[in-house]
Amino acid sequence: MIDYDKVLSDKIKSIKPSGIRKFFDIAGTMDDVISLGVGEPDFNTPWAIRKAAIQVLERKHIIYGPNKGLAPLREAISQTIEKKHGVKYSPDKEIIVTVGGSEAIDLALRGILDNGDEVLVVEPCFVCYAPLVELAGGVPIPVQTKIENNFKLTLDDFKDKVTERTKLLILPFPNNPTGAVMTKEDLEPIADFLRDTNIMVLSDEIYSELTYGRKHFSIIELEGMRERTIYVNGFSKAYAMTGWRLGYVTAPEPIISQISKIHQYGIMCSPFISQNAAVEALTSCDAEVAKMVDEYNIRRRYLVGEFNRLGLTCFNPEGAFYVFPCIKSTGLTSEEFCERLLFEGKVAAVPGSAFGDSGEGYMRISYAYSLKHLMEAISRIEKFLKKLEAEKNEGKNCG
Amino acid sequence: MKDIIKILQQNARISNAALGEMLGISAEEAAAKIEKLEKDGVIKGYSVIVDDDLYDKSTVYATIELKVTPQRDCGFDDIAKTIMMYDEVESVSLMSSGAYDLAVEVKGNDLKDVAFFVSERLATIDGILSTSTHFILKKYKEKGIFIDGEEPDERGLG
Repeated sequence: MIDYDKVLSDKIKSIKPSGIRKFFDIAGTMDDVISLGVGEPDFNTPWAIRKAAIQVLERKHIIYGPNKGLAPLREAISQTIEKKHGVKYSPDKEIIVTVGGSEAIDLALRGILDNGDEVLVVEPCFVCYAPLVELAGGVPIPVQTKIENNFKLTLDDFKDKVTERTKLLILPFPNNPTGAVMTKEDLEPIADFLRDTNIMVLSDEIYSELTYGRKHFSIIELEGMRERTIYVNGFSKAYAMTGWRLGYVTAPEPIISQISKIHQYGIMCSPFISQNAAVEALTSCDAEVAKMVDEYNIRRRYLVGEFNRLGLTCFNPEGAFYVFPCIKSTGLTSEEFCERLLFEGKVAAVPGSAFGDSGEGYMRISYAYSLKHLMEAISRIEKFLKKLEAEKNEGKNCG
Repeated sequence: MKDIIKILQQNARISNAALGEMLGISAEEAAAKIEKLEKDGVIKGYSVIVDDDLYDKSTVYATIELKVTPQRDCGFDDIAKTIMMYDEVESVSLMSSGAYDLAVEVKGNDLKDVAFFVSERLATIDGILSTSTHFILKKYKEKGIFIDGEEPDERGLG
């Protein structure tokens, strides 16, 4: 019989499966559980975008298309970034349309890293960075952000971790899972430091449209940072287009011309129908996005208020669609808490520890759900916390 | 104001405390805002959306299209006001269709009830030229609420 253990590469065997997935496989088998776990919008893709896709199906020949993406889409991406950040990327030479933001991240890492190169991974963060760094031969160096700083990255958090092998800093803001954002003032000291180094930034700005109370600021706007930044964004979160699998990466020409080879050989080109529809998203859907942001904001304020009321301290997140309440007051680890919340409280949430060690003591709550759903979840969590409290008191009485 | 109405349209029974949280204001401020909206007549009332299949299977709803001769000086208002006085009438709207002028939603205990109301009450009003009655077979969604069950959530966890 064939020994698959010998067939498979040691590298892939050493990669751990996603901590989010494991937890939700259990939840999926249970009845009457309500989930606060998902990382994709509950809204449907705006109709104008879906209609554009239907027209493509009706009228066009569905072909591969150019490697780097359809010309009108690259043009629209270039204009969008210029409008938002005042920074210009050449549609022909500095943009690749990718299969989601995740492919963009993978391209950047594989294009930049040699064996043993170190990558500063800002945590807590989405689960894909460290494994993709490892697959590209690099070494992820976790950089932990702190609740005292509202989970923003400070220079002190990572200065001492820089070595001569440090090639890249991954900057995931607005942040999944914490909802933290970086302002111009927050980014300036980091940019000041990086300008004297050869360290590149991989700025994952997939949640850039989902900010509350202030507009998103990108590190590419700071002097000297465009040339040392690989900028990643996409359509999934802002336009509720997760299933369309479409993102993009922009960077200076020398980088794009090299990493486009990986895309060319590995992917060929991004989905043709999605690309056509995405032009519509960038050119005519600002109002729809604004409507979704308004609705997210109502839910965000509600959850922050409720978690604080329930004694699970929750800092005020200004971006993405997650809140990140602290569960340390319960005396449980985040994994224990979420497991018991699932089995006893019938609510599924992701333990903060799934997003790196600095997420320990927290849980990620998504508000990509209707208010009705969120209110039901809060009432279950409240009941569960009362039960925990009662147990604690009982323990005291016996002891 | 837009946010407060949007939230109440989804759930008018929400507590002032929760409403305040959603709006980023205190419970008292939320209560005051509602009171003002009620006083100003922006909020006309609160209702309940019922699944009649579970509550009262025999209830019948119909939409009636009315062609009307507009009256001197008051257009369609007079007739609309006459129609809306009947308890059976759930809503009256002026339409821009050209094919008809007023759309009237009527609720009755059974088919006969509605038929009687249309022929004896509506059709006899001066100025009504013709009626066309459409019985509602099934309601899928009402005032933004799914009556016929919600779609299952099939999302992943990305």
